[in-house]
Amino acid sequence: MATTADAFQAHTEDHAHDHADHKPGFFARWFMSTNHKDIGTLYLIFAIFAGIVGGAISGIMRAELAEPGIQYLQSVYPLIGVGPGAIDEALHHWNVLITAHGLIMVFFMVMPAMIGGFGNWFVPLMIGAPDMAFPRMNNVSFWLTVAGFCSLMFSMFVPGGVGMGAGTGWTVYAPLSTSGSSGPAVDFAIFSLHLAGAGSILGATNFITTIFNMRAPGMTLHKMPLFVWSVLVTAFLLLLALPVLAAAITMLLTDRNFGTTFFDPAGGGDPVLYQHLFWFFGHPEVYIMILPGFGMISQIVATFSRKPVFGYLGMAYAMVAIGVVGFIVWAHHMYTTGLSVNTKMYFTAATMIIAVPTGVKIFSWIATMWGGSIEFKSPLVWALGFIFLFTVGGVTGVYLANGGVDDVVHDTYFVVAHFHYVLSMGAVFSMFAGFYYWFPKMSGRMHSELLAHLHFWGFFIGVNIIFFPQHFLGWQGMPRRYPDYAEAYAYWNEISSFGYHIMAGSMLFFFANLVYAFVAGKKAAANYWGEGATTLEWTLPSPPPYHQFETLPVIEEHHDYHNHLPREQEPA
Amino acid sequence: MAALSLSDSRHRTAILAFLGAAAMLGVGFAAVPLYRLFCQVTGFAGTTQRATESDAAIAERIGRSAGAPTISVRFDATVAPGLPWDFKPEQVTETSAIGQRDMAIFVARNNSDQPVTGTATFNVEPEQAGAYFNKIQCFCFTEQTLKPGQEVRMPVLYYVDPKALDDADMKDVEQITLSYTFHKAIDSGQ
Repeated sequence: MATTADAFQAHTEDHAHDHADHKPGFFARWFMSTNHKDIGTLYLIFAIFAGIVGGAISGIMRAELAEPGIQYLQSVYPLIGVGPGAIDEALHHWNVLITAHGLIMVFFMVMPAMIGGFGNWFVPLMIGAPDMAFPRMNNVSFWLTVAGFCSLMFSMFVPGGVGMGAGTGWTVYAPLSTSGSSGPAVDFAIFSLHLAGAGSILGATNFITTIFNMRAPGMTLHKMPLFVWSVLVTAFLLLLALPVLAAAITMLLTDRNFGTTFFDPAGGGDPVLYQHLFWFFGHPEVYIMILPGFGMISQIVATFSRKPVFGYLGMAYAMVAIGVVGFIVWAHHMYTTGLSVNTKMYFTAATMIIAVPTGVKIFSWIATMWGGSIEFKSPLVWALGFIFLFTVGGVTGVYLANGGVDDVVHDTYFVVAHFHYVLSMGAVFSMFAGFYYWFPKMSGRMHSELLAHLHFWGFFIGVNIIFFPQHFLGWQGMPRRYPDYAEAYAYWNEISSFGYHIMAGSMLFFFANLVYAFVAGKKAAANYWGEGATTLEWTLPSPPPYHQFETLPVIEEHHDYHNHLPREQEPA
Repeated sequence: MAALSLSDSRHRTAILAFLGAAAMLGVGFAAVPLYRLFCQVTGFAGTTQRATESDAAIAERIGRSAGAPTISVRFDATVAPGLPWDFKPEQVTETSAIGQRDMAIFVARNNSDQPVTGTATFNVEPEQAGAYFNKIQCFCFTEQTLKPGQEVRMPVLYYVDPKALDDADMKDVEQITLSYTFHKAIDSGQ
């Protein structure tokens, strides 16, 4: 007998087209979708689009920063430029660019791709569910996210104080965002966060309900694939952190428009309170962006080592621990707001503790590979890049956790380098790893391994050239969020901007690969990665039928995805 | 498809999840009064304390029994943009005995040709001194309205709590800066 899993797709081959594969028409299918796979696809397309916008904005920023002085800001924004002479407006546009880059990448690229895209696609498949618990709510989540993106884009073309657009930074600190920015741009940016936040809260509820109630018989919590665990923890973080952001930015709105003084000292408020509220959300938010990546890396490393992941329970509970501790370390973003020595000591110690569960994960990935039969397919190559670069970012994170050290490098390029190592390299590498891992499963077409490897090497070299020199710039004292700098910083900035070209060039391989796959890609088998891929999505054809699991999968006692391989392997 | 019919447990989970989110939304708003209370109670972020005459009398006895050590107090006055006032302390520094009541005078003058109401915010540096800096009487407790061209001398009656002598974090503090900023009063404040 084949694996238990093979039985789940036995019938789909025969009459999939009769029952399981009946799809609605184009408009109903893509605009009124209630199918988790279609919504996942929509999220991924949306995230790629937002990523192009956010990435293009960072290109403008790196071009401006390539040499000292103001080169492009007067001509790039909004679309036609403000012309020479309007230097204040040009500088405002810089603020708009950094704001848009941050908000787009966080709320409209990483989160939709990781949670909305891969989460929607693979959580139901991996737990043996027919769909998400609330398919219509799933649809609402997606379109709220799109509406949020539109609101943010719109804000760039309405007055926001000195010039067009919201120039507040992604943190939207008061008083810059309240009395410091007249005009409706900041209101639209805040509204965009409300919409995206509401969409994410609905999505989180959907995931929690799905995972708790719709697992296949025998799929206990402790048998769930680690990607599902990661999305479960992420959903809890979203559910508990986003409402606090919603409260904080609602107070910003009333301070701006209705004369309240929550963050205005003149009326008894305190702008520092906004920072506390923002980072109470903001720190869990950074784990929201990386935890699903952890989950994907776990699946991928195990698959291509042909070994179950090392220390399954430790891996799952490390994510829980990271999520819990993530809520009590927020003030390490605020060391320079005048915290007392004791407060700084607490937040330093608590922050460093996060390195423990994170270390558990890093070492468990390495231990998974140890003695494994490793195959360097594109997903694993990206995963290895992730492990290496995320560790670099983690080390600078432990370093920045020190209140005393942070006093020196706070708001410098060192911080920029740190969080781009964990996000632009950590989160993004894990997303590309997940993309190459699952793309043939989602599309039914194999991508080119050669192009995927070229993409990897270009991207790997590119982002390292962009961001590693920024550590030096930070230690030399170059402040972040400035469009201009002293001559002394020119050397490393030029190199950093050079790296952007390599990174951007490598993205051509990515898009070429997509075209290749759809035009000339081989048809993907059900389990194209072979015996290392043991989770339930590999028991279904590629792409899976529109309605999967005609036969409900039953996970038997002996069939444990993590502690040992299925008794017999039979790649379909 | 039995699996697609909505069962109670799904609704229960979703309702609990939404309640959790709603509770966190409430926590977000509740943070405003809680933060103020927290600062007032602990002196966090240099929030000064309010004391009564009888508190002051006790502090004076304790301070004297500790040998009446002294500490320097520096006064700082700032006017927020948009308020057409001059505002400065009459004395830049003052040396006070710990526990001893002392009075500082601040002078404010309305330079505009119409009455203006101002409200003062305050804190002390270093921040750990906030818990020990007690004000018995202060112009900052209420709004101040100045007629056109009017100049007023405004007193602050304060003392430094002798408990500061027992706090290790206060050991190296030789001077406390008391800072005021006058803002134009906001009528429709919360």
